[in-house]
Amino acid sequence: MSQASNAAQVSETRLPDRKPPASTVGPLAWLRGNLFSTWYNSVLTILILLLLVQIVPPIVDWLLFSAVFGAVESEHCRGEGVGACYAFLHEKHRLILFGLYPYDQQWRPLIATLLAIALLAASCNRDYWKPWLAVAWAAGIVAMWVLMQGGVLGLEYVENTKWGGVPLTLGLSVVGLVVAFPLGIVLALGRRSQMPMIKTLCTVYIELIRGVPLITVLFMASVLLPLFLPRDITIDKLLRAQLGLILFASAYLAEVVRGGLQAIPSGQYEAADSLGLTYWQKTRLIILPQALKISIPPIVNTFIGFFKDTSLVVIIGLYDLLGAAKASLTDAAWRGFYQEAYLFIAVIYFVFCFSMSQYSQALERRLSVGDQR
Amino acid sequence: MAVSDASGPPKRTNASLLNDPQVRAILYQVLAVAGTALFIWYLASNTLENLERQQIASGFGFLEREAGFELSESPIAYSAADSYGRAMLAGLLNTFKVAVIGIVLATILGTVIGVARLSSNWLVAKLAAVYVESLRNLPLLLQLFLWYAVITESLPGPRQAMNPAPGVFLSNRGFKFPVPEAHPAFTFAAIAFVIAILLVFALSRWAKRRQDLTGQRFPVFQCAIAIIVGLPILAWLAGGAPTQLSVPELQGFNFRGGGNISPEFAALLFGLTTYTAAFIAEIVRSGILAVPRGQTEAARALGLQAGQNLRLVLLPQALRIIIPPTTSQYLNLTKNSSLAVAIGYPDLVAVGNTTLNQTGQALEAISIFMAVYLGISLAISAFMNWYNARIALKER
Repeated sequence: MSQASNAAQVSETRLPDRKPPASTVGPLAWLRGNLFSTWYNSVLTILILLLLVQIVPPIVDWLLFSAVFGAVESEHCRGEGVGACYAFLHEKHRLILFGLYPYDQQWRPLIATLLAIALLAASCNRDYWKPWLAVAWAAGIVAMWVLMQGGVLGLEYVENTKWGGVPLTLGLSVVGLVVAFPLGIVLALGRRSQMPMIKTLCTVYIELIRGVPLITVLFMASVLLPLFLPRDITIDKLLRAQLGLILFASAYLAEVVRGGLQAIPSGQYEAADSLGLTYWQKTRLIILPQALKISIPPIVNTFIGFFKDTSLVVIIGLYDLLGAAKASLTDAAWRGFYQEAYLFIAVIYFVFCFSMSQYSQALERRLSVGDQR
Repeated sequence: MAVSDASGPPKRTNASLLNDPQVRAILYQVLAVAGTALFIWYLASNTLENLERQQIASGFGFLEREAGFELSESPIAYSAADSYGRAMLAGLLNTFKVAVIGIVLATILGTVIGVARLSSNWLVAKLAAVYVESLRNLPLLLQLFLWYAVITESLPGPRQAMNPAPGVFLSNRGFKFPVPEAHPAFTFAAIAFVIAILLVFALSRWAKRRQDLTGQRFPVFQCAIAIIVGLPILAWLAGGAPTQLSVPELQGFNFRGGGNISPEFAALLFGLTTYTAAFIAEIVRSGILAVPRGQTEAARALGLQAGQNLRLVLLPQALRIIIPPTTSQYLNLTKNSSLAVAIGYPDLVAVGNTTLNQTGQALEAISIFMAVYLGISLAISAFMNWYNARIALKER
């Protein structure tokens, strides 16, 4: 009985071999999966490829093949079909990088810049997050200032109206952040305070600054500050801009730190209270270490935004990286090479901002490892 | 309770009053307020003294005086003979103009790029990623300078203007295009458009109520399109269907007639839009990723179509995450429009800056900036709080 029904299911003829399944590895499969998975994806891919064929070769041609290299006169760059004029950068790169700083002294801003970059790079390593790093920063900033300003140790005095380029951009953002950070912590603590008047003062300050554009804060610092101070106190333009940037950054940092404070479970506060810690002990030993750890990635993001925002000092007449690039375009012999100038500083800004944002994302992933159990 | 009430709180007769947390809190607050007041008084007295010494007038009386400078563009009638107040108003309207158009365009572009970054097409996703990373990591001001330079330096002068279509001219003086001659029919059409929107709103409410009561569906979307397009056209036809165009013509060194988009406005709008779109794209992407996959699967299991799934399940949840940060991007765009001063678009800050330089009344001019931007910020955040409360998860 069972043998008979089994036998009926046995086929006498050999079925044709099935085709092997489509490969899921190798370049062809990758193309099929990622570029030609459906008919509209295929159409889209082909359209984009056609567009890229139109756009990319002229750009590469402009950048490399028909570009003018070496130190030549600007006339060589003026003809029809001539690409990027690297002669312009050859002529003007010192001006763009260091502003109006005396030419023969430009090794000083160079060292100051390298010092700042080294400090930033060292701060990225979590093993170095020790008290000595703060000391190193303080020492580094003093060293940079001495290098830039001179007047001691046999260095020629250079007044700060001549500072410019990369060191100015880096200096404004680094010093701004370093000073604004403690201010921001105080403001954030104030905004979370139980005391109504202190809370109101901090909230009003933070919202006031965050509600207005940076440019108005800079105008305020550059135009109103001299009015606010007694007549025998004068502050130079650079310091006024720096003050404006600090006021601005501290409000934004306060909100970032407040986000970190809010993320601390209230059990931590209660545990600290039940141990009999005073407010400052609790804040210093329990709350801030945890809150700041959480807020490091957003602090780095704030710093990126701040680094970009320092370019606004152009509007009040300082020669930061962007201002120096604009200044380089005013030379009558080299007028019109704005693409070269702007692309050059775009690369510099991009390298700084992109590497910081990659670092912030990596840090976010690594810091959250412990929380994802 | 009664026992502790009877014994009362422990009396700290020996302890100093300073160790009482409440006394301390009051002390700290009094100190903080007094310190702030003293600081402000110090600044104010210095300011008054400085103003007196430099013989700068104070008060907002200057707003009535004749401005004496022209604006390159203004949405309202303005000439150099008008007052500073009117110049500031024109600047404010210019700010609103670029901000509103920028917000609309940045939302559209940002959504497209954000969705493109999630595309299954590798090329599309990578291109979107390159867009976002390169735009986000460059200062906005640099981008504005670059776009402005591209427009003013690489486009030909008015005499050699590019002429891609009849009546359309592209030159370093801006983009000129034909516009219909002013005619009452266009006012009718505009009114009809507003009425159409109100009608569509009423229709969708009626259709929803009918569906709730009877289960019958009404083709709201098709009807809405028909009303919004049809009604203004009807009004235009009723007004006599004028077709006169004002076509720009080259006269001397510049064009006369027609509509115009100035290079300053174009550069500012383009820069603000593309920059903000990069941030909105990231917000849209993370909002869509934040909706769990199970939601889509559950919607499909309930028999919802792909469009219904998007409209009824995915978007309401994604928007709850997307909207708050997007609003702050809108606010950023509005504040960033103040960079107009760097490329010469006459926005509020640019006009105010000119006023400040002419009158020397820095305090008043900067107070006006701050009050206006603060007003915008507070209005938007009040709206946001209302909206957030409306769409927040209703948990029981």
